[in-house]
Amino acid sequence: MQRIIKNPDYVVEDMLQGFVKAHGDMVEVSEKNDHVVKYKSAPVKGKVGLVTGGGSGHEPAFLGYVGKNMMDAVAIGEVFSSPTAQAFYDAFLEADSGEGVACLFGNYAGDNMNVKMAIQMAEDDGVTVRYVTANDDVASSPKESKEKRHGIAGGVFMWKIGGAKAALGGNLEEVIQAAQKAVDNTRSVCIGLSPCTIPAVGTPNFSIEEGMMEFGIGHHGEPGTDVGALEKADVIASKMTSAVMDDIELSKDEEIAVIISGLGATPLMELYLLYDEIEKQITSKGPAVYKVFIGNYVTSLDMNGVALTIMKLDAELKELLDFPAESPGIKI
Amino acid sequence: MNFTNKEGISLVNDLIKTIQENRDYLSKVDGAIGDGDHGINMSKGFTMAEEELKKHSDYNMSEGLMVLSKMLMGKIGGSMGPLYGNLFRGMATVSKDKDIIDSKVVGDMLEKAYSNIASISSAKPGDKTLMDVLDPAVKKYVHEINMNKNMIEALNSMAESADEGLESTKDMVAKIGRASRLGERSRGFQDAGATSCNLILKSFAKSIIKITS
Repeated sequence: MQRIIKNPDYVVEDMLQGFVKAHGDMVEVSEKNDHVVKYKSAPVKGKVGLVTGGGSGHEPAFLGYVGKNMMDAVAIGEVFSSPTAQAFYDAFLEADSGEGVACLFGNYAGDNMNVKMAIQMAEDDGVTVRYVTANDDVASSPKESKEKRHGIAGGVFMWKIGGAKAALGGNLEEVIQAAQKAVDNTRSVCIGLSPCTIPAVGTPNFSIEEGMMEFGIGHHGEPGTDVGALEKADVIASKMTSAVMDDIELSKDEEIAVIISGLGATPLMELYLLYDEIEKQITSKGPAVYKVFIGNYVTSLDMNGVALTIMKLDAELKELLDFPAESPGIKI
Repeated sequence: MNFTNKEGISLVNDLIKTIQENRDYLSKVDGAIGDGDHGINMSKGFTMAEEELKKHSDYNMSEGLMVLSKMLMGKIGGSMGPLYGNLFRGMATVSKDKDIIDSKVVGDMLEKAYSNIASISSAKPGDKTLMDVLDPAVKKYVHEINMNKNMIEALNSMAESADEGLESTKDMVAKIGRASRLGERSRGFQDAGATSCNLILKSFAKSIIKITS
C-alpha cells in the first residue's frame, strides 16, 4: 500500500486535524462531538438547519459541503462506515436554530439506521428533524426498486439545492421539498478502472483486471452491472450517458446540470476529455448542458474511475443551483 | 446453577478478548464479499470498552455490557455499531436489577438481545446476516430450558446451533446490506456479521459454563 498515513486506524481523526486547520475561516470541530464539523456561523438565526453525514473516504464529501448557504453541520464516520447516531444527533443540535433540521444523506443501510435513531433522540428533546436520502445511482438497483438505490455524487445537487432553499428563507417543509425535487431529478452512474484500499485493511477490497472496466460500480467498490473491456472515451461516454438519460424522462428542449466527479485517482485531464465526449452525447439526444462541475466532488479513496451525474432542471432548480454558496467542496 | 451479577463481569472481559483475538479473522471473512473492515471496527469498539472498564473495576456484568453498548453505539457507527450496541443494551437492561443470574435470566437476556436487534433491522433468517446465527441459537436455548435441561446443557446446545447457523450462511445469497449487490456471487462465502455473532454467542456460553462450574 503506497499511501500517506500516520496511523492506519486513525486516518479519519488525522485528516480532520488538517481539514479544520485549512478551512478554519469557515468551519470548526463541534465542542459536543469530535466527529462533528460545523459551519462557524451555525446555527444561523431564522434559518432551517441543514445536516449531512456519511462514511469517510469520499472527500470532499461529506464535510467539504459545510459552509455558507450549504450544510450547517456534518456527522463524520469511519472510512466507508456510517457515522454514529450520537454524531448525527450532535450535528442536529449544532445546526438547529429553532426552525427545525433537514438531514440530507445518501441511502445506505447503516446511515439510515443511525439517522433514524438520532431523529428519535432529537424528538425526545423537542428538535424537529426531517430527512431526504439521495438515491441517484442507477446501477445499484433496477428502476422498479428505486427506493433501494444508493446515493453517490448526486448528493452534491441535493445539498446545493437544499442549502439554497434554506438560505432563501424556506421553512422546513419547503427545504425538504426542494431537496427531494433535486433527488427526484438526479441520476448517476460510475465506472471503475482500479480498486481502492481502506488504509486500516491495507489490501484492495476488490479487483479489476488490467484492460477491463467495471460499469456501474458503487462508491465503496460494490459490484457493477457488468465487467467488460476498457473502451475508448467515446464509447465510455456513450454508455454512461445512456445509462443516466434512459432512466429519466427528458424532452429535447430541456436543460440539465452535470457533474463529472473523479473517484480519487483519476487525472483531471481524463475527466475533461471524457466530458467533451459526454457533452456531445447529451446534446445529440436533445438536452442542453446548463452548467457543469468537473473535479473530485465525491470520491472513493484511491479508486480510479469516474461518476457521471445529471440533474434535470426547471426554473426553480436553476435559481437554487445558481444561488451563491461557499464551502470547501463547492463555490458558486 | 447460577452466578452473581458481580462474577458475571468476566463474561464481558471474555467477549472483549474474543473480538480482539479475532480481529484479523473477521476482516478476512468480510473481505471476501465486503469491505474487509469488520474486524477492525469491532475490535476498535471493544477495545474502547476495555479502556473504559479499566476505570471501573467495581462494575458488574450488566454495567459492563452497558459500557460495551455505549461504545459501539456512540463511537463505532456503521451498521454493526447500532446492531450490536442494541444487542448488548438488551442484555444489560433485563439483568441490571438481578443480583443472581440463573437460567431464566440468561434466557431473558438472550431473548431481549434478539428483540432489540429485530426492532431496528428488517433482516430475517435466510437473508445471510447475523440473524441466521442469532435466531436459531436463542430459540434453541429457550427450547432446551423449557424441556427441563440445565443451563450448561442449554448453552452447549445453543453454541451448536450458532455453528450450524453460521455454516448455513455459506450457501445463501445475500438479500440485505452491501453484499446483496453481489447477488449469486455472494454464495459460497460465510457472512461476516453472522461470524461475529457466532463468536459472541459462543464466548457468552463458554464464560457462563466456566463461572458456574
